[in-house]
Amino acid sequence: MSEDVQLSNVSMDFGKFRAVDRVDITIKAGEFFSFLGPSGCGKTTILRMISGFIDPTQGDVLIGGRSMRGIRPNMRPTVLIFQNLALFPLMTVWENISFGLSVRGADKATQRAKADELLRLVDLPDAAEKAIIQLSGGQKQRVAIARALAVEPKVMLLDEPLSALDLKLRQHMRSELRAIQKRTNVTFIYITHDQGEALAMSDRVGVMSNGVLQQVGTPQEIYNHPVNAFVASFVGENNVFPGRVIAAENGFGQIETEFGKFNARLGPGVNLGTTAKLYVRPERSSLAPTPTPGGNELPVEVMELTFEGNFINVLTRDDRGFLHMVQLQNDPGEKPLALGSKLRLSFQPADGVVLGEAQARSLA
Amino acid sequence: MRDILRRYGSTLTCFIVTLPAFWLLALVVLPYMILFEYSLKPMLPVDQLGGPNDVYGIGNYLTFFTSPIHIRIFFLTVFFSSVVTVICLVLSYPLAFFLAKVAKPHNVPTLFMILLIPLWVSEILRSFAWFVVLSFHGPLNALLGGIGVIADPVRWISGFNGVMIGLVYTYVLFMLFPIYNAIQALDSHQIEAAEDLGAPAWRIHWRVVIPHSKPGIASGCVMVFMLSAGSIIVPSLLASPGSRWFTEIVQQWMFEAQDWNTGSAYAFLLLVLCTVFVTLMMRLFKVRLADIAK
Repeated sequence: MSEDVQLSNVSMDFGKFRAVDRVDITIKAGEFFSFLGPSGCGKTTILRMISGFIDPTQGDVLIGGRSMRGIRPNMRPTVLIFQNLALFPLMTVWENISFGLSVRGADKATQRAKADELLRLVDLPDAAEKAIIQLSGGQKQRVAIARALAVEPKVMLLDEPLSALDLKLRQHMRSELRAIQKRTNVTFIYITHDQGEALAMSDRVGVMSNGVLQQVGTPQEIYNHPVNAFVASFVGENNVFPGRVIAAENGFGQIETEFGKFNARLGPGVNLGTTAKLYVRPERSSLAPTPTPGGNELPVEVMELTFEGNFINVLTRDDRGFLHMVQLQNDPGEKPLALGSKLRLSFQPADGVVLGEAQARSLA
Repeated sequence: MRDILRRYGSTLTCFIVTLPAFWLLALVVLPYMILFEYSLKPMLPVDQLGGPNDVYGIGNYLTFFTSPIHIRIFFLTVFFSSVVTVICLVLSYPLAFFLAKVAKPHNVPTLFMILLIPLWVSEILRSFAWFVVLSFHGPLNALLGGIGVIADPVRWISGFNGVMIGLVYTYVLFMLFPIYNAIQALDSHQIEAAEDLGAPAWRIHWRVVIPHSKPGIASGCVMVFMLSAGSIIVPSLLASPGSRWFTEIVQQWMFEAQDWNTGSAYAFLLLVLCTVFVTLMMRLFKVRLADIAK
């Protein structure tokens, strides 16, 4: 039903610009894989290489173990859902969906039956005869998915298809997409700059920056164990303390910063003497009125409180004017914090991580 | 109307409305009405104008319908104008697609320049140039003979060949530009989506590009057909003994026979019959007038 996609040391150069730099990864059959990164990081280029609109300058794309070099998009077992969906406005909904079947020579009755079946799958059973312009954003989305599924692809490629939808619909479509992927068991390769989307839907996420695949892992791994400063700051919030590592042992170490010395885990490639940054998640930080025994703390003053229901965002300021965010669970039994209270921000060594810079783009 | 009045005030509105109205009435409707009036009256010597014989009738139109030669020439004109239209379409569509979707955008202005330069020369001169190029002892035969493509010189200007070459050359850009505009407005992602869904190149054109550019194709076809059927310079200069164009008959009635009334009737018939023909073709290809106006 589905096939794996192997990017074997793939690079893509546009003139002197290296858009994708030696990406090497295998996306498993039936997996929901996301490439996450800011615009210009090379993720769309990767998608266009897999779908066949461009061939890599170096390396090879293999689908189901078969090299795709020189094979045009119309001969690949992939189908791409475009960012703007690219539905055919002059055709009805069912003609759009059956387009792929009609070019394969299926007769009209088969086409129509398949279109109706897929419209039920995407929960639009009565839309077959409608024109594309009569559909809402979310409905267009579903038609695009149905059109792609109609050709029974081994690999489905999605280029930020949810970015044009409003928040509510986007969240709904997330779980919908995920459900469709599980039902059809097609390999999904999803491209997004929205970390929430990537974390919520994917089996694995590949974080990209500067054309380089910085980290690949499950959403938990990416969030809990970022390998470098880019991944940590692109996925989730952090309090950041730049400094220099002055002690290192068994994966833990001490970093000397202008805010004081802190104990924390050391990320990959960070050793004694490395200039690096300490990252602490707001929800892994705590506030206490008295000094904590283990140290690892910083005196701060409460500046701003934002009540979010299940948690409270506390904006604090240290005595040198730098701001730090702490996220506290809402505990109804506890007395609310007062603005201006002097507290100590602290964290467990296991909850802080010292990370080096992201891998840079090499020149073409 | 009220919107325009509120936005531009009465003076400017008056101006905006009057200019097109003047254009339409004085430069289009009025001449045709005069032509029509002429066509309904018999040609009379000056001293009988206003006399008992000067009455309206359809005699001039009957002249056409009772003259098999003129009817034949009319249908040949329509037929060969259609052929010219089809040739222009076949030549223009690939070129328009190339310019709109394949050529690198920074090359397109240069390519357009190359296409437009011949238009700087007047139609008469261009027709004369083709007359020279195509003549029996002309450069085309010399060239083809020189490189060994043909053994003996070809008589290019025979039958309707010369006229068609001239008309295609003169009007092909009127086909190219509307199609180019239409294809350019097509989202390239749709072409990619069609290819991605497995369509071979011809099917992408048949199902996606051509339906999208149909208004452009239609307006190009209408323009080339009407211009060809109404052309007089090219058919006069590049004609061979066998190729008479209907406009030449109109000209003969008016300037050689000095019979403006019959000439008017013929001119009016050309207009009406061509309009009917175009309307039928639009029905056949399911194109609406509003599409063409786009």
